[in-house]
Amino acid sequence: MRILIKGGRIIDPANRIDAQKDIYIEEGIIKRVSSNIKINKPNVKVIDARGKIVTPGLIDMHTHLREPGREDEETIASGTRAACKGGFTSICCMPNTQPVTDNQAQVELILSKAQKEGWVNVYPIGAITKGLQGEEMSPIGELKKAGVAGITDDGKTVYNSLIMRRALEYSKMFKLPVISHCEDTDLSAEGLINEGYISTILGMRGIPRQAEEVIVSRDIQLAEMTGGHLHIAHVSTEGSVGMIRRAKRMNIKITAETAPHYFTLTDEAVKTYNTNTKMNPPLRTKKDVQAIKRGLQDGTIDCIASDHAPHLEDEKNQEYELAPFGIIGLETMLPLIITELVDKKVLTLREAIKKLTVNPARILGLNKGTLSPGADADITIMDIKANRKIETFESQSNNSPFIGYTLKGFAVCTIVGGRICMAEGELVAG
Amino acid sequence: MRLKDRNLLGIETLSPEEIKLILDTAVPFKEIFTRSVKKVPTLRGKTVVNLFYEPSTRTRTSFELAEKRLSADVLNISVNTSSIVKGESLIDTAKTIEAMKADFVVIRHSMAGAPHLLARTINASIINAGDGMHEHPTQALLDLFTIRDKKGKIENQNVVIVGDILHSRVARSNIWALTKMGAKVTVVGPVTLIPAHIENLKVKVAYKLDDVLPNADVIYVLRVQRERQKQHLFPSLREYSELYGVDMDRLKKCKKDVIVMHPGPMNRGIEISSEVADSNFSVITEQVTNGIAIRMAVLYLLAGGAEKVEEGE
Repeated sequence: MRILIKGGRIIDPANRIDAQKDIYIEEGIIKRVSSNIKINKPNVKVIDARGKIVTPGLIDMHTHLREPGREDEETIASGTRAACKGGFTSICCMPNTQPVTDNQAQVELILSKAQKEGWVNVYPIGAITKGLQGEEMSPIGELKKAGVAGITDDGKTVYNSLIMRRALEYSKMFKLPVISHCEDTDLSAEGLINEGYISTILGMRGIPRQAEEVIVSRDIQLAEMTGGHLHIAHVSTEGSVGMIRRAKRMNIKITAETAPHYFTLTDEAVKTYNTNTKMNPPLRTKKDVQAIKRGLQDGTIDCIASDHAPHLEDEKNQEYELAPFGIIGLETMLPLIITELVDKKVLTLREAIKKLTVNPARILGLNKGTLSPGADADITIMDIKANRKIETFESQSNNSPFIGYTLKGFAVCTIVGGRICMAEGELVAG
Repeated sequence: MRLKDRNLLGIETLSPEEIKLILDTAVPFKEIFTRSVKKVPTLRGKTVVNLFYEPSTRTRTSFELAEKRLSADVLNISVNTSSIVKGESLIDTAKTIEAMKADFVVIRHSMAGAPHLLARTINASIINAGDGMHEHPTQALLDLFTIRDKKGKIENQNVVIVGDILHSRVARSNIWALTKMGAKVTVVGPVTLIPAHIENLKVKVAYKLDDVLPNADVIYVLRVQRERQKQHLFPSLREYSELYGVDMDRLKKCKKDVIVMHPGPMNRGIEISSEVADSNFSVITEQVTNGIAIRMAVLYLLAGGAEKVEEGE
């Protein structure tokens, strides 16, 4: 299939391009990027991108696809549909499935299912420890060979500092980032929301910021000691941002992500007992939100990831304490970034795109996130002026705190490996 | 004047005028108790469900008596004897109650926000009879009623709330209620049992009970739960009792007309000595009596409150 994308504003941070250009795609590969391309070949699909932004396909490095094990909440098919709708061409799926992605067979299962049923590229993330039990290292070399892009025990911290040290050392041989969910569960003590004024008046057990920061601090020291690549998942506090900033200045090999809810919402949102405000780490306070924004501005936080965590309506429609942690995010991430960061001048559009493309690609060692000729034709076209009310989702779950929000900036076309999977905001089967 | 909301989920959202209205409405209801026939037909034909997910003697019987004295049809559902033990969700229990056309649901639940979930799900008026560590509004209202009754006014009274503020819904509701009505509130207890940013609620925080007792007009003693010791919140009940137990020695340092309150059930010899609990300073049994009148007033006002309190037969 031949595709010519005409007249769009190309933003390709990897190549420092921000200009009006055309892109020509043939056989799933980007062939040319230049002004006024004319192709004298048959069967060229021309996409009019005038007034739109054309970027490398967006990458979400933190998604829970729930398959295998909880196909009632999400599947590889439905999760990748949500990704495609949200403008993502590549996503990384977390290993806390049932069974856990801690061996070659599980990685192959996900990859083969994604090959058959997936709408976008899927990169599994392997477990650091077998069964996420925190006791024995997974076969990290085998996982790498099978195709994982990183390792994590996401949802849990590797509590044993020695095992974390070994993981950071051992993963160096395979150039895999160790993605850390930072939480001292003795300190979070079955808390439900951020510890502070709101937890006090709502009478809910609090999770102090230090539950996150104690482990961020430990892991930074282990990263310094080992030289391993530490990636901090879903940064939510001012203190974490500060520590990561200092670690980067010390040239420790550390990268970090945050999720859109940590720069848009505070624990004030919990006051209605809406269980879609329950996630881990919890929503923090205004000063944390400001610190996250500053961290995004100065590059302390390298990328933005969704932490897409689907849950059934029945599971969420319970007492706050009983409802599971987590919200979906693939279909609201781009508009939240445009609305909250780009429109409010926290980040330029180019900086924002960088955190969704080339940065996660580099962290994970993926040959993605660029519009260079010869690269896979993974492309996202977005209309950053479009307004829409958030109502329904392609995801099988709808646990979003942003339902009813009118947001700005949506993907209108997603091209994965040269195939148009979403056009004019609608998924295209094929 | 009427209440703005059709539910009573907490004190936080009530205005001082609404609180005063409830207190004033409770006065004639209390008078009914002195009659030989302690019943009025106000809620005749209305159905009230008491849905108790936590064990409770005082609050449940107080609500039940209030409902019966208002002539309502009363249904008690408690956790041990219902489908709840079979794992039925709150939402499904709520829908069952809805199908029975209840007009009021009085809910006691161990988790904060459960009454709010119920209020979002069904049409009946919801009364929060205590949700986790969040609020226990009728307790605070009966406490205000008792203070006003004993002291003549609530404004400018120095109220010392002593004990486990962190886990106490009674403390939270009382802090909202007392500060809205102009009382001066001091919370006192071990640092580990004082919640974060409590001072934002316009209360003073103290750690030494003996420092704050001489100025107190009201000492409000909270129940301390034995399991808190296991959560590393204080080393032993003995130490707790020495630092925060209200006994006669401590009362001697107080104003002559100080009153001692407790929401019950008491741990005699731990947070309060028997001598104090049974002394003339204690208004604990009056709190119980006033509780019925307050709950009658709340039910009456939530039912619309248009009709006058009818005369007894």
